[in-house]
Amino acid sequence: MSEAAVMHPAVEPAESPLTPESWGKLGMWVFLAGDAMSFGCLLVGYGLLRSASSNWPVPATTLGINLTAFMTFLLICSSVTMVKGLEAVKHNDRGAAKMYLLLTALGGLGFLGLQAYEWTNLIHEGLKIYGNPWGSSLFGTTFFVITGFHGMHVTGGVIYLLVMLSIVSKPSTALGLGWAYNVVEISGLYWHFVDLIWIMVFTFVYLL
Amino acid sequence: MADAHASPNYWMIWLYLFILTVVEISVIYMPIAKIIIAILLVTLACYKAFLVAMYFMHLKFERRTLGIIALTPFVLCVFLILMLLPDIS
Repeated sequence: MSEAAVMHPAVEPAESPLTPESWGKLGMWVFLAGDAMSFGCLLVGYGLLRSASSNWPVPATTLGINLTAFMTFLLICSSVTMVKGLEAVKHNDRGAAKMYLLLTALGGLGFLGLQAYEWTNLIHEGLKIYGNPWGSSLFGTTFFVITGFHGMHVTGGVIYLLVMLSIVSKPSTALGLGWAYNVVEISGLYWHFVDLIWIMVFTFVYLL
Repeated sequence: MADAHASPNYWMIWLYLFILTVVEISVIYMPIAKIIIAILLVTLACYKAFLVAMYFMHLKFERRTLGIIALTPFVLCVFLILMLLPDIS
């Protein structure tokens, strides 16, 4: 690459063909498509192991779904506060943007807290990654790998949201339809994706 | 572009998602065949995921090609299931 290209980013095409707002948004979409494949493989693998097993425990009764139904509700709510936060950034309302982003991050933290509580209870009841009292040992393995992988995504999302909160909070950051709107929108894509994946995990791992 | 569309009513989407979750939970207690419960649950989950992608992730208001990128993993997962079916039965 010539030195001129390194020093002048404008040499690159300024407009992404699919997402006119920014290349970052296209990058996030491509990353999410790849990440969806990771979750897809885990869930399909789960289905394969479960259908090949003769003594798979009934998830709805062994895992309990009241708490996880509430966790689902919490993530759906935090998705709404995320889009509301983005709207507030667009309308130049710094106070509302800060409040909504904070609520979104708190929703994620609440989810993580409840998941830690759920895991602790299940481990005490005997659900281990290598075995459990109710049936196939892979029941515990797949449960911890899938919900753990999703939980790590939520953890990353909460950190991501807190970074966005600090950006929006700075008085020097210009709100409205500019750079700040773009980065908050991209973080929102990630957050809604985590919510979308949980909808799938809740259905396949807990309800089915 | 971000301003080219009116914002969807996010609270309505929230309400839909909430109702669909309640329906999902009540479905598993219904006295009907297991296979029907499974089909219902998968359909409901896909519909919820569709709502989140279309409205919260604004896919409805993006270029069509971006939607194809977003749909690719689902198509590949269906392929994966079809390829694994011989191992299951």
